[in-house]
Amino acid sequence: MSATATSPGSGPSFSSVKGHGAATMNAARLAIRDLDFFYGDHRALKTINLDLPERQVTGMIGPSGCGKSTLLRVLNRMYDLYPGQRATGQVMMDEVNIIDSKVDVNSLRARIGMVFQKPTPFPMTVSENIAFGVKLHEKLSKSAMEERIEWSLTRAALWGEVKDRLHSSAMGLSGGQQQRLCIARTIAVRPEVILLDEPTSALDPISTLKIEELIDELKHDFTIAIVTHNMQQAARCADQVAFFYLGEMVECAPAVQIFTAPKQKRTQEYVTGRFG
Amino acid sequence: MSATMTSGTVPGPAKDERVSRSLGRRRNLSNLVVKTLCIIATVIGLALLASILFTLLYRGLGGLSLTVFTTSTLPPGSNGGLLNAIIGSLIQTLLGAAIGTPIGLMVGTYLAEYATGSVVGNAVRFVSDVLLSAPSILIGLFVYELAVSPFGGFSGFAGCLALAVIVIPIVVRTTEDMLRLIPSTLREAVIGLGAPKWKMIVLVCYRAARQGIATGILLAVARIAGETAPLLFTSLGNLNWSLSLGKPMASLPVTIYQYAGSAFSDWVQLAWVGALLITFGVLAINIAARLLLRGAK
Amino acid sequence: MLPSTPNQEQTVPQAATVTSPRHRPKTSPGDAIFAAIAKSSGVFVLLLLGAIIVVLFLGGLQAFHAFGPYFLIDDDWDPVQDVYGAAVPIFGTIVTAVLALLLAVPLAFGIAFYLTEIAPVWFRRPVSTAIELLAAVPSIIYGMWGFFVIVPLMAQYIQPPIIDNLGDIPYIGTLFQGPPFGTGILTASLILAVMVIPFIAATMRDVFETVPPVFKESAYGLGCTTWEVMRSIVIPYTRVSVVGGIMLGLGRALGETMAVTFVIGNTNRITSSLFGPGNTIASLVALEFPESQAGTLKLSSLLALGFILFVISFIVLAISRLLLRPRLKT
Repeated sequence: MSATATSPGSGPSFSSVKGHGAATMNAARLAIRDLDFFYGDHRALKTINLDLPERQVTGMIGPSGCGKSTLLRVLNRMYDLYPGQRATGQVMMDEVNIIDSKVDVNSLRARIGMVFQKPTPFPMTVSENIAFGVKLHEKLSKSAMEERIEWSLTRAALWGEVKDRLHSSAMGLSGGQQQRLCIARTIAVRPEVILLDEPTSALDPISTLKIEELIDELKHDFTIAIVTHNMQQAARCADQVAFFYLGEMVECAPAVQIFTAPKQKRTQEYVTGRFG
Repeated sequence: MSATMTSGTVPGPAKDERVSRSLGRRRNLSNLVVKTLCIIATVIGLALLASILFTLLYRGLGGLSLTVFTTSTLPPGSNGGLLNAIIGSLIQTLLGAAIGTPIGLMVGTYLAEYATGSVVGNAVRFVSDVLLSAPSILIGLFVYELAVSPFGGFSGFAGCLALAVIVIPIVVRTTEDMLRLIPSTLREAVIGLGAPKWKMIVLVCYRAARQGIATGILLAVARIAGETAPLLFTSLGNLNWSLSLGKPMASLPVTIYQYAGSAFSDWVQLAWVGALLITFGVLAINIAARLLLRGAK
Repeated sequence: MLPSTPNQEQTVPQAATVTSPRHRPKTSPGDAIFAAIAKSSGVFVLLLLGAIIVVLFLGGLQAFHAFGPYFLIDDDWDPVQDVYGAAVPIFGTIVTAVLALLLAVPLAFGIAFYLTEIAPVWFRRPVSTAIELLAAVPSIIYGMWGFFVIVPLMAQYIQPPIIDNLGDIPYIGTLFQGPPFGTGILTASLILAVMVIPFIAATMRDVFETVPPVFKESAYGLGCTTWEVMRSIVIPYTRVSVVGGIMLGLGRALGETMAVTFVIGNTNRITSSLFGPGNTIASLVALEFPESQAGTLKLSSLLALGFILFVISFIVLAISRLLLRPRLKT
């Protein structure tokens, strides 16, 4: 696991940016084309074009309000919940434009899972939390469900810590455990894409490290998009990084390139800490 | 690290698109059914309000005339009005509110400004909340034992007292809530000028919260204007013209109660007119209170 | 001027610190008086509750002495013999209130669910206001509306077919027997239900709105439908407060007087049929009080009934408060 060579406290040096996948991007799992997004009359995303390569991690960075979280919420149609928010353009997944209103959002969200900033354990037991999402989309026998629970908790690096308290309330877990539970809950549904919206911003450094290791592990099976405020995190986790500013995608390139040789002046200013 | 994890393969049967789609259809269907039921429930709720208002208009409008406002209640067949009941209701409602409001205001002030976290404060808040929903007929019984029975007779004043008891918890609730909305920076700014606390409350906090407090008073007035039960044993009702607070006093709700159950069609008609007046009056005050509150927030 | 500005900036705070500590007494007399008035007003509310309990109890003492605990279980209310038992009105009070809740809770839940998750945003406020106005309609109006609109409907269209179809079924049939007068226990419950719907719906709406959006979003993120989010996230999350809201409705229903008096039929016996007449504590007190002379055993019995009603409502409302407090600060 060379990926975790950098610890969270290692300062703003990007010498340890991951090399793997630096130049070779896989085929796109999600292809975003000419995407615009509106909060009422306010145009929050402007003509976004971006590919999320399959089984790789795309990091999204930029100052607050730049549109990176908004983009994430477009990808699984979370904005559908709020009247007045709308998207135009294309997000292609398997030849289907998923922002088309004809697409069934519930099954779409089973294919594109999301983990939020703050841990959101549901008011039920640990195993019920995992089973909850699975039951929505699959009919499993009791033993198959137990296997699935163990599998997803193991994948989320949480099994060892919770295997003796599967039937106690998830509210009793620590913040970092809760967040990994949320990741386990998401992968238990077996999505193809996982969206992570600043998943470590409410966590301590040790929990953050665990989640980052987890992301590195999960990308073998899932296509991942992660929004982060933390540039070291983007450097550590992402294969490609997209920089957003004022609703536009300024630049998207392999992580190494973004942090060492950005093409755009604004990107350079941001990654070197001159604004944001 | 990865060695401790089971790798990529998912246990259990492969995801069956057909199962998931048929599950999805069922789930979407039950979602639709529940949503439809909820819409029906809301329509029923709105229809109930509409039915009540329509019934009042349908039965009451026909009897509405100037006589209603210029003539007192008279024996059946004598073309009487509701003047004494309207005036009686106005007097008792306004006097009840006038007695109850200062007390409620001070209690609300105590809870918001002095009693934060104290045991007495919590007890007062709790008791006030319980009184807010306590059966109003029992307030009537209470005042009967306290102010009617010992003094030898029913009186308009006893009615005012019963209504005042109902006013207090309503005013307490809104006053406390509204005072709590005032930012502490404003308080600190006033204290920082060297003003004593009571001046800060009276001159600044009350003024800042005045719309909200007025809302509470309006809601209290609307509530007691329609109260019947607490007046039955206190001001009793009076079919004659009387403005004396020491004697039984007429009120719209009690007159409606007496007339609606009577066998005389002109009395029943007047009961509907009274019901129309009181309901639309109460609802108008309520809406005014809401608009005021919206302005305050 | 410009060069001297830094100096001024330094001197201004100094001046302020010199003048500010005026030596005032810690509490001015005005403060002490105002605080005393506020506190005694608070204590007055406590005394008010105590006084209500004591006055009603003392008023009912004569009846409690005369009948003892038997008062609670005696179903005989006979002014001619001067014998009074509270069982019938207590039974009627509890049965009508509970039936009212059975009718009101599903509707109130539907309304609250509609208002928080389903309705278009611009439509929520007007509908909310309309439902809340239902709570502002005076109870005597409900009585008249019930008597002149609902009772004839029940008598003509609802009770006869039910009596014909269900009345002969063994066991449950007894619930639906008797002449279709339109009045009775069920009609009273129906009116009560309409009256408490706005209270329960408004409370449920408020507690549903306290669920952090991110919890709902993460359930939606797994592919939940709106109903699944409500059932699996919102309701478990707010369970305690929802029960508190229902208890609030129960407290209201128990003490409602005028609406019930119009439609319950006012009979002092217990009938097994839901269409049969009955009585509640509040309606019995309202009806019999005018015919009771001061100092009589009858008046004392009515006050004793009032005391019992107060105790029941107090307990229900207190539970409601305790359940609602953690979530709603109001």
